[in-house]
Amino acid sequence: MLLSAVVVLGVLSSLRFEVPSWPRFLTTGLHRNLALTALVFLALHIVTAVVDPFTHLGWLAAVIPFSSYYRTFWLGLGVIAFELLIAITVTSLVRGVIGHSAWRAIHWLSYGSWPIAVLHGFGTGTDTWSAWMLAIDVVCIAAVVGSVGARLMFTSADPLAADRARFRERVSRKVVK
Amino acid sequence: MTVLSLFAGPPSSAGPESFRDHVKRLGPRPRGNGALIDTLDRSGLVGRGGASFSVGVKWRSVESRSRGAAVVIANGAEGEPLSRKDRTLMSLRPHLVIDGALLASDAVGANRTLLYVGEAHGAAAAAMARALAERPPADRARTTLLGAPPSYVAGEETAAVNFVNSGVAVPQATPPRPFERGVDGRPTLVQNVESLAHAALIARYGDAWFQSLGRHHAAGTILLTVSGAVAKPGVIEVASGCSVDEVLALAGGVSGKARAVLLGGYFGGWISADQAGSMVLDPRGLRAAGGSLGCGVVSVLDETADPLDVSARILQHLANESAAQCGPCFFGLRSLSAATTRIAARHADHGDLPQLHRWTAMVKGRGACRHPDGAVAFLESALKVFEPEFATAAGARGRRAS
Amino acid sequence: MAQTELWIDRTKCDGSRLCAELFPERITLDDWGYPIIAPGPIPGSLMPHAQKAVDSCPVLALALRRVERRPPPSPPGAKAS
Repeated sequence: MLLSAVVVLGVLSSLRFEVPSWPRFLTTGLHRNLALTALVFLALHIVTAVVDPFTHLGWLAAVIPFSSYYRTFWLGLGVIAFELLIAITVTSLVRGVIGHSAWRAIHWLSYGSWPIAVLHGFGTGTDTWSAWMLAIDVVCIAAVVGSVGARLMFTSADPLAADRARFRERVSRKVVK
Repeated sequence: MTVLSLFAGPPSSAGPESFRDHVKRLGPRPRGNGALIDTLDRSGLVGRGGASFSVGVKWRSVESRSRGAAVVIANGAEGEPLSRKDRTLMSLRPHLVIDGALLASDAVGANRTLLYVGEAHGAAAAAMARALAERPPADRARTTLLGAPPSYVAGEETAAVNFVNSGVAVPQATPPRPFERGVDGRPTLVQNVESLAHAALIARYGDAWFQSLGRHHAAGTILLTVSGAVAKPGVIEVASGCSVDEVLALAGGVSGKARAVLLGGYFGGWISADQAGSMVLDPRGLRAAGGSLGCGVVSVLDETADPLDVSARILQHLANESAAQCGPCFFGLRSLSAATTRIAARHADHGDLPQLHRWTAMVKGRGACRHPDGAVAFLESALKVFEPEFATAAGARGRRAS
Repeated sequence: MAQTELWIDRTKCDGSRLCAELFPERITLDDWGYPIIAPGPIPGSLMPHAQKAVDSCPVLALALRRVERRPPPSPPGAKAS
C-alpha cells in the first residue's frame, strides 16, 4: 500500500502536478518521506518473515532470490523487489555524487519493482483472497495503473525538451578523437 | 590608412599563400615560449573574436595551469552572419593562422592543437586543409582540423570545447572556464584565428612594430567586414585607431545616405550615423570605454531601409539560434523577437513596447553563455537609436499602408 | 567567515520551480517559469532554506558555492602604455 502511494507520488512529481493548495514540493517531499517509511516497514516485514517459525526462512533466503523452500518463486520475487528498492534508495541518497543521469537510469527500475512486489504479495500472502485484501489491492493497482497511464500520455514536462533535442541534433557531429 | 600586415604579400587574387611562399616571405616560425607571452602583453594585442580581451593575459592564464598537456583551439567558426573576415583570412593566409596556433601551443605548453573551422566556409576549410598538408611532419602530427557546425553559438568558447569533448557544439555553464578545465579536463586556450595570425607576426617582428602600425594610442591592424549601403563591401585591413568615416571611405563610400551603422554585427549594436562617423575603431579603447568592436563588422543602414524591419529580422535570427538549453534565453528571446516583429509590422499590441523593456531586463545575464546578453544589447541599441521609429510604430496599428 | 551564494547551472534547469517554492526569499520566477536568483551571499538564518532548495532540485541544477572575491580584471594591454 505504502509502495503504491510512493509510486503514484513519484509519477505525480514527474508530471509536475500542482494546484494552488498543493505546491510541488509537497508531492516530492511526501514521495521521499513515504519511500523511506515504506523501507522501514519493509525491513520489519522481512525480519518478521525471517524469524517466523512457520516459514523456516533463514536470513539467506531474504537476500538470495529463489533460495527458500517456502513458496520459492513468489518469495524470490519479493527478494528481487527488495534489492531493486535498495538500489533505488541508495542512488537517491547519493544523487549529488553520481549525477542526474545515473540516478535517473536506476530510478526507472521502480516501474519494475512495484509489479514484482505486488505479485510477491499475491503469491506469498496468506490473506490474498480475503475481501479486504482484495479491495486494497484493487485500489492500489488502479491508482498506480491510472497514474502510469497519465505518465505515458505525457512526453515531457520540460518545455525545452523538444527544442533542445532538435538543436543538439543540428550541431552534433561524429568527432574522431 | 590601409595598412597591410596580415594581408601583406600576394594579392587576394592569388588565392591561399603556399607554405613555401609563406616561409620565403616571412621566414620560419619562431620559438613560442614565455618571452612571447611578455611580448604579446607589451604589444597591446587583444582578442579579435568579440570580447577584445588581452591575448597575453589569456595565454598566461592557460600557461600557468598547464603541465605540458594543455590544448589550443584556433577558433575559425565565424558563426556571425555579417562577418567574413575570419574565413577570408583563412582562405588567403592559412599559414599565418597555423603558425599562430602552433606558437600558442608552444608558449602555453599544449600538446594538442585543434583548428576549428566553420564547415560551411568551404574555401577557408579547403585552404586550411591544404595548408596543413603542406606543413612538415612535426607540425602535422600535433595538429588536427575540425569542422565547426554552422550555428551562431558554435564559436562560443565552451561550445567549441564541448564539441571536441562530446561532438555536440552547445555552450556549457561556467565555472570552470576553458582555461581552467576544457578539452579532456585540461587547460584550454580558445583563440580567434585573426588574433593568432597577429601573434604569428608579432613573434617575428616584436611588440614595438605592432604598436607602430596603429594610430594614436591604438596598436596594430584590425580586420573589418564592411557591408550594407557601401559601394565596395568586403573585408579590409586597417590601422587600429582609424575612424568609421575613414573605413567607409575605403569601402568606396556610402551609397545613399546613412541612417545608422551596425558595429560588431548581430552581437554588437547600432550607432546613429551622426555619432558613428568620428568614432575611433580601436578594440582596446572601445572596450575600456564600455563599448565593443566585437568581431569587426561595420554595416551601414541606408535611410531608405526600415530600421525596425532590419532589427526585427536580426533579433529573430538570434532567437532562432538559441541553443534551447536555458529557459530565459530560449523563451525570452522568442518573446522579445515576437513583440519586435509585431512592432515592425505595425501590428503591435498595446503592451508590446513596455514589455520589450521589461523582458530585456529579465533576460540579461540569465543564460549559461552570453548569447542572450548579446541579443539583448543589440535590441537595446535599436530601441535607443531608433527610438522615434519604435514609438511611432508601437502606436500605429495597421495605419501604415503597405 | 566563509560566505555562500547560490549558483545555478542554467543548461540543466528545466523549470520545475521547486526551488522557488522552498526559498521564496531569494528565488522568484520569471515570466516563463524559470528562477531569478537574487545575487549576493546568503545570511546564516536563511541557509537551511537555501539547502532545502538545492536538495529539492530534481535535476541538480542548483548548488551552494563559496563566494569568490574575483579581482577586478586588469584593463587589456595595461602594461603596454
